[in-house]
Amino acid sequence: MTAVASAALSMSPPVRRRLVVGVASFGALLIVSCLVAPLVGSTSISLRRALDPALPFADNVDAQIFFIARLPRVLAAVVVGASLAAAGVVFQALLRNPLATPFTLGVSAGASLGAMLAVTSGVALAIGGVSAVPLASFAGSLAAVAVVYALASARHRGFSTSVMLLAGVTMNAFFSALILFVQYFADATQTLRTIRWLMGDLDIASYAPLLASLPLLCLALLVFAWLPRSLNLLSLGRDQAEARGVDVVRAQRLAFFSASLATGAAVSLGGPIGFIGIIVPHLVRLLVGSDHRVVLPCALLFGGAFLVACDLIARTVLAPIELPVGIVTAVIGGPFFLWLLVRRAGGRP
Amino acid sequence: MPARRRFLLALIATVTTVLLPVVRGCALDSDLVLAQAAPPARIVSLVPSVTELLFAIGAGPQVVGVSSYDHEPPAVEKLPRVGALVDPDLERLLALRPDLVVTYHSQSDLEQQLARAGVGTFAYAHGGIKELFTSIGQVGAMSGHPKEAAALASSLEGKLAAVRARSSGKPRPRVLLVFGREPLSLRGLYASGGIGFLHDLVEIAGGEDVFSDITRESVQATAEMVLARRPDVILEIRADPVEPALVSQEVAVWNALASVPAVRNHRVIFLTGSELVTPGPRIGTAAERIFAAINQ
Repeated sequence: MTAVASAALSMSPPVRRRLVVGVASFGALLIVSCLVAPLVGSTSISLRRALDPALPFADNVDAQIFFIARLPRVLAAVVVGASLAAAGVVFQALLRNPLATPFTLGVSAGASLGAMLAVTSGVALAIGGVSAVPLASFAGSLAAVAVVYALASARHRGFSTSVMLLAGVTMNAFFSALILFVQYFADATQTLRTIRWLMGDLDIASYAPLLASLPLLCLALLVFAWLPRSLNLLSLGRDQAEARGVDVVRAQRLAFFSASLATGAAVSLGGPIGFIGIIVPHLVRLLVGSDHRVVLPCALLFGGAFLVACDLIARTVLAPIELPVGIVTAVIGGPFFLWLLVRRAGGRP
Repeated sequence: MPARRRFLLALIATVTTVLLPVVRGCALDSDLVLAQAAPPARIVSLVPSVTELLFAIGAGPQVVGVSSYDHEPPAVEKLPRVGALVDPDLERLLALRPDLVVTYHSQSDLEQQLARAGVGTFAYAHGGIKELFTSIGQVGAMSGHPKEAAALASSLEGKLAAVRARSSGKPRPRVLLVFGREPLSLRGLYASGGIGFLHDLVEIAGGEDVFSDITRESVQATAEMVLARRPDVILEIRADPVEPALVSQEVAVWNALASVPAVRNHRVIFLTGSELVTPGPRIGTAAERIFAAINQ
């Protein structure tokens, strides 16, 4: 927190104003979405009845729908959306590429492969209330991170982001091929389940997976708090950053590991939900400028609010059937991103 | 002249592309008629439920190949396997010299390939109990065993009618039929919707399917949907056996949804057996088992 405080103190007044206004507005949006989302769903419930202490919890359907079905789901959406959006900001700065996403470097493909293997092997295992699929998915993401990191630091003194980008993209393709391999040999029901997993699902139906992912996400967030100044300087280029006293390799390593950790934890919790990691950072930049000290916290808050809203649409628009949330984020995110692209291209001829 | 030559070439190309399939199609039609004239002596079935039907009506000796998922009746274990829905192996299929191949309706590419090779096909349409009886009639006719097929149909109708008679007049519990989910978790829950043979079996066995208003064969159910629909019985079916110790752990997973009557009244029931997931000659047994589970 001292890093954040000192960063805030060293900001120029306009940047500080943008930070305060941005965090206040996106924070308000997140709070409103979190207050509204648990009250709306395919079934209508009474909040008064849900919170009535006179009724035993086991008999109170409204309370069970509110606390078991909806609240963990909304919280999972906040956590996953915030993590993916923030990881997107970090990866875009680290790779100095506006098209980078949390999934560019193969972390989510590794996580997906782990999940596919767990689904097709049908292994019945749960540790601390977390079932085999999220566990295997997180293990897969760690394996992918390790491979990409080893490749990026193998033949270079320190760390090469260009090798990392190429290695990551290649690992992504490689893991995708393995995923197809696993799916091809699965039976029809398992194939259906693996495809469904890839569309993203936040119906976690208990707090255990959420609690298990929290320490990992908190660790990633702590590093994120330290990163923005380095990211600002890194986006000017390696030499410029070094000239201004940034330990470039250390900053890159921290950025890579923290963003990968956040991505791995988010994907194992909700599946590889696309578009959040790319559209939320760009939208936030459009609104608050490109200073990472402002962009990162705003993207974190807006990512959470955006996914809560998308999940609300996913579970109500075709009720009683639900849409996979990944379809909603892509359907909303795709055209929106194109609009943004055309608009920005039009603004800068 | 180059322009005229080009025109001529284009004309020839058009004529061949348009006419060839027509000519070939005529040949195919006559092949099919030939194939239908005499009962096929060498049948390959890519559909497990049709394989079972063929054996049940005495056409087993005509079956020379089956899909990778066929395990019933035990006699099929000795037969060559030629892939399944997504990975049919055309070479191995043709090497078995079949005169009829049973395919899924969606395997239109395979049907065309087989037609080109002069092999007749029978496309199986998956559906509910009504469609199963249609299939029984068709399978009997195409395999040359119409009488045995009619006998099987009436025996199955008798069994189902007996189950229906036993369940009529009894209270109809609301049933959630789950056929798949993530092990030891309530995530990725797949349940029977308002159509299909699982739904029909639940209704015949005297249950009221909680998702009967959703006109789909399968519903991906969320925790909220289960809580809101309040099933009296949760029936979990699996094709493969599950160890008893694991069954009790899997049943305990439902305790998270304590307000659901099925959970509160300990009516979460695990049933295993391939007859429960195969719309074939064993559905009478499947209906009896579901009836027993609902009424236990």
